[in-house]
Amino acid sequence: MFSVLQYPFIHNAFLAGSLVAIVNGVLGYFLVVRGLTFAGHALSSIGFAGAAGAVLLGIPPAYGLLAFTIGASLVISTLSSETSRRDVAIGVTMTFALSLGILFLSLYHGYAEMAYSILFGTIVGISQNDVILSAMLGLGVLAVLSVLWRPLLFSSFDPEVAEVRGLPVRFLNVFYLVLVAVAVSIAMQVIGVLLVFALLIGPSATAIRITDHPMRAVALSVCLGLVYTWAGILLAAASNWPVSFFITAISFGVYLPVRLLAGQKRARFPIKQLGKKSVTILDKE
Amino acid sequence: MTMIDLLRHDFVQNAFLAGTLVALLSGLVGYFVVLRGQAFACEALSHVGFAGATAAALLGVNSLLGMIVFTLLGVLGIGILGKRLRHWDVEVGMVLAFMLGLGVLFLSFYTQNATAAVNVLFGSILSVTHTDILVMAVASLLTVLALAFLFRPLLFASFDPVMAEARGVPIRWLSILFLVLLALSVSEAMKVVGVLLVFALLVIPAASAELLTHRPFLTIALATLISLISTLGGLILTFVGHWPASFFIVALTSLFYIAALGIHGLRAPRRHHELPHPDREVFRTD
Repeated sequence: MFSVLQYPFIHNAFLAGSLVAIVNGVLGYFLVVRGLTFAGHALSSIGFAGAAGAVLLGIPPAYGLLAFTIGASLVISTLSSETSRRDVAIGVTMTFALSLGILFLSLYHGYAEMAYSILFGTIVGISQNDVILSAMLGLGVLAVLSVLWRPLLFSSFDPEVAEVRGLPVRFLNVFYLVLVAVAVSIAMQVIGVLLVFALLIGPSATAIRITDHPMRAVALSVCLGLVYTWAGILLAAASNWPVSFFITAISFGVYLPVRLLAGQKRARFPIKQLGKKSVTILDKE
Repeated sequence: MTMIDLLRHDFVQNAFLAGTLVALLSGLVGYFVVLRGQAFACEALSHVGFAGATAAALLGVNSLLGMIVFTLLGVLGIGILGKRLRHWDVEVGMVLAFMLGLGVLFLSFYTQNATAAVNVLFGSILSVTHTDILVMAVASLLTVLALAFLFRPLLFASFDPVMAEARGVPIRWLSILFLVLLALSVSEAMKVVGVLLVFALLVIPAASAELLTHRPFLTIALATLISLISTLGGLILTFVGHWPASFFIVALTSLFYIAALGIHGLRAPRRHHELPHPDREVFRTD
């Protein structure tokens, strides 16, 4: 099994995979805290349309991905402010983009194979150039996040007070989604658009169940993401089963016991508390 | 070839029948999905169905049956995980991701994986068989009957779960039962538009109708009309334009949604109060 590790494509896979795990671990924390799980899933699915469009036009998929996911994050932000049903607005944007993706691919020959590799990734086919491009984008996202760390945290946990204190909460909402869009585009070549989501929420959902401290939760989520990715690549190299299956299975397998053990004693999510409070108020009436 | 000639073909008739069946169902089911804020659960159930369809392909059984079995299991899992269904989106998301991974695994065992995957993901309404129609008709009938029977308590429980519970309505059972019906509907809709686009048929028509009116029956009727026009219109456009049916169907429902949003925005603003609802994700980020 370890003889596989000498091939350069496995090195590239490890490099790109680690990078994705780190960026997604940090961004995913905010995704879970802000209750944006569906938006994360939608943005990753929307990447499919971008990649398909790029394939049709014959340009590198990364550009199409960035254009579509960033565009979609802006559309989602505007549509969400129009209605009270944010999840529907997200879903409409997502399904429309996906249907555009299938249209693009149907105009392209050999469409099934192409769709398959976009949707489920080609981690072993990652080139040196891809790794460099993803590294630059990933470092950019991390740098921006470290600058915005405190305001983003503040506006995630208590948006109303943050707004009163003069933070541009609305701008931060949109900007955060744009960051997720970039992260999704980086991750797409590694595990495919449909499974980017697994690395976005899997590690952070588990980490948040273990610790309440933001810094510790982010650190833990990055560590978990790295372990999932490495274990996934190693197991895939050893068994010939898809990488994405191992990553999602490990992530679910770790989450389930943590959820069942931690679920009883903790109630720390802001969303959870909000729900509880309104119910108790109603109970008293 | 004109439209009339095409209609003589078996697969075309099947496609129209399947589309009509699903459209008739989606207005009713979609209304409750939107009302109960379970759009994301609907999306996740369709991904659970992806694992089901690929498992069925692997075992060589009918994909519709595979989807129904898996989505029912998925509902059970969601029901166990989400005790009070609070911050439900993370649980739903985790199940969604795992099921996608499982589906990819099944596909990798299956030899013709790329084409099979695309058919499951984006629908293959032109390959719907007589057996599928039969299963779909039975499932639709059961779902509609069950919903007609549960209509009042479900409506009460969806609008005001706390009051409903105080009045002795078994809201937990109702919510699981509704998810079971949703699982059946999602499996059917997947046959028409595919796993990734189920949302377009089940949620978007109802969400558009809900922007225009608040009366339950009117909303359902409007939603049914929107999904009928979109599905049948999409099919006709496919035969004329030769682009994928899923694309046209989704594009039409999205157009209806945008139009409804526009009309909603033009009307005099009415204060919207989000009712407290333990089953609903409460977003207050802006």
